[in-house]
Amino acid sequence: MPDKTDSPRSNVTVGSAGIDAETAGTRWPTPQPMETTQIDDWLTIAPDGLVTIFSGKVELGTGVRTALAQVVAEELDVALASVRVVMGDTARTPNEGYTAGSKSVATIWGSARYAAAAARQELLALAAQRLGGAPADLLVADGVVSLRADPQRRVTYGELLAGGRFGRPVSGRAPLKPASAYQLIGASAGRLDLADKFSGAASYVHDLRLPGMLHARVVRPPSPGAILRALDDAALRDIPSAQVVRLGNFVGVVAEREEQAIRAAQALRLTWDVAAPLPAQATLYATLRAQPTTDEVTLERGAVAKALAGAATVVSASYHQPYQAHASLGPSCAVARCEDDGSVSVWCSSQGVFPLRGALADLLELPTERVRLIFMEGSGCYGQNGADDVAADAALLARAVGRPVRMQWSRADEFAWEPKSPAMVMEARGGLDAHGNIVAWEYGVWTPSHANRPRRALDLLAGQLLHDALPPPSGFFFGGQRNAPNDYTIPHARVTVHWLARPPLRVSSMRSLGGAANTFANESLMDELALAAGADPVEFRLRHLDDPRARDVVQAVARTARWDDPLAPSAAANLKVGRGVAFARYENTEAYVAAVAEVAVDVASGAVRVRRVVVAHDCGLIVNPDGVRNQIEGNVLQATSRALKEEVCFDSTHITSLDWQGYPILKFSEVPDVEIVLLNRPDQPPVGAGEPATVVTAPAIANAIANATGARLREIPFTPTRVRAALAGA
Amino acid sequence: MAALVITVNGVRREVAAPAETPLLSVLRDELGLNGPRYGCGLEQCGACLVLRGAEAVASCRLPVGEVADAQITTLEGLGTLDEPHPVQQAFLEEQAAQCGYCSNGMLVAAAALIWRTRRPTDEQICAALDDVLCRCGSHLRIMRAVKRAAALMWEEQA
Repeated sequence: MPDKTDSPRSNVTVGSAGIDAETAGTRWPTPQPMETTQIDDWLTIAPDGLVTIFSGKVELGTGVRTALAQVVAEELDVALASVRVVMGDTARTPNEGYTAGSKSVATIWGSARYAAAAARQELLALAAQRLGGAPADLLVADGVVSLRADPQRRVTYGELLAGGRFGRPVSGRAPLKPASAYQLIGASAGRLDLADKFSGAASYVHDLRLPGMLHARVVRPPSPGAILRALDDAALRDIPSAQVVRLGNFVGVVAEREEQAIRAAQALRLTWDVAAPLPAQATLYATLRAQPTTDEVTLERGAVAKALAGAATVVSASYHQPYQAHASLGPSCAVARCEDDGSVSVWCSSQGVFPLRGALADLLELPTERVRLIFMEGSGCYGQNGADDVAADAALLARAVGRPVRMQWSRADEFAWEPKSPAMVMEARGGLDAHGNIVAWEYGVWTPSHANRPRRALDLLAGQLLHDALPPPSGFFFGGQRNAPNDYTIPHARVTVHWLARPPLRVSSMRSLGGAANTFANESLMDELALAAGADPVEFRLRHLDDPRARDVVQAVARTARWDDPLAPSAAANLKVGRGVAFARYENTEAYVAAVAEVAVDVASGAVRVRRVVVAHDCGLIVNPDGVRNQIEGNVLQATSRALKEEVCFDSTHITSLDWQGYPILKFSEVPDVEIVLLNRPDQPPVGAGEPATVVTAPAIANAIANATGARLREIPFTPTRVRAALAGA
Repeated sequence: MAALVITVNGVRREVAAPAETPLLSVLRDELGLNGPRYGCGLEQCGACLVLRGAEAVASCRLPVGEVADAQITTLEGLGTLDEPHPVQQAFLEEQAAQCGYCSNGMLVAAAALIWRTRRPTDEQICAALDDVLCRCGSHLRIMRAVKRAAALMWEEQA
């Protein structure tokens, strides 16, 4: 790659306070301090003033591109319009791990913001020389530096650098703007990408068309672990340009046109030895509960057993979280090309192009530096969908046929083979004293690791098919513990995470990881205890909360939802209305969030209509208020969909939820109104808003159903059948 | 056999693909358009919507041979960055997307709706958009944007 001004040489790994916890632990290189990176790794300024930011974070549809531009433009004192952002290119951007875990704004806060401040300091020093005077005598606005005493004497950032580089490290000592001086941070900025998306400009990896490119499809086995015995491609003679690639159990077809590749994939006759590796879905939770586990006590306070034995009232319950799909609207896509020098370039929508590069290098048996990954946007992913696997498929096929290959999965490929959000079992027990206060809380969760992103060939579907092997257990467990401890002040508590080494379905990260299921269990039991104590659910929570920021979101949500005013009953005799509250501090350390859901339950049919959800949200300092609102709305609607409708179904051989009829999601006629209260904290560092509201939505709905009908739903999703069953038992 | 000709965004285009080829493939792979998107290939999600005349239709299974006599309009044909269609302007003003993969279907369905319904109610919007799926949860913004688009479109002519 030529060493142009807008293309830093960078290949640095950066750490900061905000780096995603998924990247923590032994599987991730020790983060490199910002001080050892160069300003040029992070940004360049062209002679015309155009600022190019290089970020290891990527745009997943959450607005991170825009928030990053706001932060850098603010710290650098340039207009937002003069900034563009290059994201996730292993040849050009810093390595900031994964874009995951609602960590991007916090990461940027500790990385690009410091680089921008260092750049500004350097530019002021250059301007002081050029204009005469000390940096303190200078004014900066929109990338123009002038003398305070003589504003006619001015020079632009572009002129100061004259196409050159900074050639300086990010000192970490450059002055950062105080929050009181912010003009861009804290103001809603329109998304930088939406005008293109609304007018049909090429915006996604799906839109990349390389010269000489072929289209591809894969043909997957009928069950995980099936072995390919015979392949008959006689029918392909009638399909122009179609070509088969077989590598072990990996089968792909390529053709000049996509519809030819689709036809070819359908025309192939494959004979498999079918495995039947999946357990009965009807007894899934008992199966999970009976598996061997590696147990980890993540919280031990006081003497739980003794406190429970002495409690006036004990309430115990089990809760179930099903397998759920990321269900990206657009199936995953990637484009790969073998370069003349034998290296391989892959354009893909991976959440972590640097770690995936290692896995692809392993798959292709190439040195890491011979593989280049370039991020391009995909359909929203909400975690690890098929994006990493499709990149591997494209790379294998491009190398096999010697032409650039565009690989787009079918709808059924995506539903069948994307890693699923894990099924989990939660068992909770709470003890009340004679005054109705919680004295003891014992909690156990049965969960696999949610963090299973590819590091090696065998972590990728293509690698598993190629080598007919699964990866050996990594011993790395992460994600199922998230929000297993609750945030209440309880004298005696124990939380145990029972890690499952081999979940029946292939699983990986999905929005909030275990946070959603654990908060569903914790906040449901909280209401069951409130009921036993004869207490109001909001008052009961406040009684056990000391942290003022926690109390603020609970009080704000109750006020806005008019919690103290009774709901008007429905005129229809079969409709019962009710409302429920839930609270969590995401990850116990990040954003504070509380929700109140209002539901109408049709007690004849069991259908639940969520009418309104009110959210109070404190994610520290807010960079882009409308961006945060957009994220909260999205979290609430998606989590409502997951709570009411979503469950991946399977038989003994394979997943059977393969289209939108088999895996329905929330539609316009079903969405609740969402009202949001943002508690801005300019004195606190920003934390993520991409996931927190997800975790409180399902429990608020479950608590509302119980409030409306007396029926307690302990298994997601709250389908009409389950609601009717709970009503029958209520 | 005479070459198949279709009219897309007001321009007559010769099609190399056979008549049974899905319109979506022709639009994307032959004509190089990005607006209509592959989502399911099953007419279940709406990502591939285009206008046939003034009606929003799924293009993922529609044989290109069946639209030879129709006026096909894609997202690109609604308007441009400089001269946006009211739905494009309204969706931008309401910031009515997250990842944007569904936006094509939403904008095309909205354009068809407001053409025939000057002041769409919530119920009419739900009816028109219910089979266009959004996974990010931008529904509330999209509903606001459709109302704003109708106002932009019809108040200008008042």
